[in-house]
Amino acid sequence: MAIKLFKKAALKKWVDSLIAGGRVFGVQAKGERFAFGPLEKAADLRLDYDVTILPPKKYLQPQTEDLVKFSKGGGYESVIDSEPFVLLGVHPYDMAAINQMDAIFLKDGEVDTHYKARREAATIVACDVESPSENVFAGCMGTAVVDKGYDVLVTAVDGGYVVETASPRGEKLLAAAGEVPDASKKDMKKRKAVQEKNRKRLRKHELKGEPLGLPCLLGKSENHPVWEEKARLCYSCGSCNLVCPTCYCFDVQDDTDWTLESGRRYRVWDACLLADFAAVAGGHNFRKERAARFRHRYYRKGKYIPEKIGEIACVGCGRCITACTAKIANPVEVYNRLTEGC
Amino acid sequence: MGDNGKDIYLPAAAEVVRVEQMTKQEKFFEFRLASGKPLGHMPGQFAEVSLPGIGEAPISISSSPTSGDTFEMVVRQVGNVSGAMHRLEPGDEVGVRGPFGTTFPVDGELKGRDLLFICGGIGLVPVRSAINYVLDKRGDYGKVTVLFGAKTPGDRLFVDELAALDGREDVEFLETVDDTCGEKWNACVGVITMLFEKIEVSPESTTSIICGPPVMYKFAIMGLHEMGFTDDRIYVSLERRMKCGVGKCGHCQINGLYTCQDGPVFRYSDVAEVREAI
Repeated sequence: MAIKLFKKAALKKWVDSLIAGGRVFGVQAKGERFAFGPLEKAADLRLDYDVTILPPKKYLQPQTEDLVKFSKGGGYESVIDSEPFVLLGVHPYDMAAINQMDAIFLKDGEVDTHYKARREAATIVACDVESPSENVFAGCMGTAVVDKGYDVLVTAVDGGYVVETASPRGEKLLAAAGEVPDASKKDMKKRKAVQEKNRKRLRKHELKGEPLGLPCLLGKSENHPVWEEKARLCYSCGSCNLVCPTCYCFDVQDDTDWTLESGRRYRVWDACLLADFAAVAGGHNFRKERAARFRHRYYRKGKYIPEKIGEIACVGCGRCITACTAKIANPVEVYNRLTEGC
Repeated sequence: MGDNGKDIYLPAAAEVVRVEQMTKQEKFFEFRLASGKPLGHMPGQFAEVSLPGIGEAPISISSSPTSGDTFEMVVRQVGNVSGAMHRLEPGDEVGVRGPFGTTFPVDGELKGRDLLFICGGIGLVPVRSAINYVLDKRGDYGKVTVLFGAKTPGDRLFVDELAALDGREDVEFLETVDDTCGEKWNACVGVITMLFEKIEVSPESTTSIICGPPVMYKFAIMGLHEMGFTDDRIYVSLERRMKCGVGKCGHCQINGLYTCQDGPVFRYSDVAEVREAI
């Protein structure tokens, strides 16, 4: 695979050619923060962003996503969105989260065709972090740097951008850039230095112990006072869920056209912190207490999903810390409390 | 497209063959897949039933696969989907996905065993699938005891079948109601565990199957322990919000277990230590 060195102007030209060629979603400023959105011109792309408000997962599992449509007398029909798109500027921790989503939604024998179609339609351009966000701790979670899942990896270095292709699809994307010089050994050294630096500096919160020790730690922490202490302040608003790149729980709902002739069944993001998440018809709620829901989320990230896919389902993006109104959602704080005992 | 391109959320069409009002709140439905094929379930499983524009809900399958190409369900009118289902008539169409979940091991370790079924209220619905399966292959099993508890006499489901169970010599059947509500009632009054002292079962040769309202499990299991049952000889069928049925949506999790895939039928020894299970 190719490794090139783009000057700033060349990168801009390349991105503009991608925009001319199809759907491109990229990171742009949104007020004082950043968000992924449809990119209209390369000048709007901000690869120097710190963190986006929502993770790029919204393009693989949108907030609302039609699953089937139905019509009177016509039965049900699958709705599959396979329109190609390019996702520009995915940080390593978000890429690691997408890799986890792949393990869940593309699992052998249980393939989610809707997710699969979007995932296959996506060409992902990842980029190493230039500006760490205020709450990032990806360095502690082993996700400050990523080595798989993307089609192209861009790293800002002194003098330009090192751009590496990692798949035939990435090669094809790079072909749109025309003639660009190969990266030199010196450029590669610079990239390595950026990545090494990120491993060390994306640690605004320091996790005590290794992430892979979490399942064991949680295994003996069910009755720890921290669940009750934190949950007492929890508004059950679900913000921590909604900004999380590894949260994928959803509800399924129906909608009928005003003609009453046809309609759609769609999934919509749901949140395990919301009060009625585990309630069944008839009213019984199997996770009625706030502390039970609060604990459930940490167990899902640190134990239940790891037991399924072998990776901790927290990538250290820090979005939940920023989003939480009650300031109780810092995973590092919670896990460190558990490490310290009671 | 994976899984041969099969969409795990796409329902198959099924026709309502028969509807019967069972109690004030519950209706009985018999369905046939439009494909003409049997649903292919085993006792204990559930399916996602949907009505276009209304939604989808997980519903236990109540018939035994031995009873032919149709399948039966009993639906209590409590939510959107169940409310709309109560307006269905023969000939109407529904969407069906499934069957999903684990089964009572009627073809496995229950064979040759004595069986003690403990059903509370609507918990009879999934267990009926196993009871009828066992009765259709009666020679494969030992002594069969069925305990049934309802809130009031008017809440009893499958009254004709309960009477038939009562009349069978190869089944011991006992029932109770929490409250007679002034209705004529000749059987026991009180919670279902009151029936435990009236039966003779050998804990060594018996496996128990429990399904009922959430509050019932703890007391039924305590009673079984007192009788000498070990946890590995107890099966429970648990209710949760199985929204997708395919282990993705997260709603039915009991700690790390997915009720839609690891359950709804669990061997109790596998969930006895699981905090959120019972």
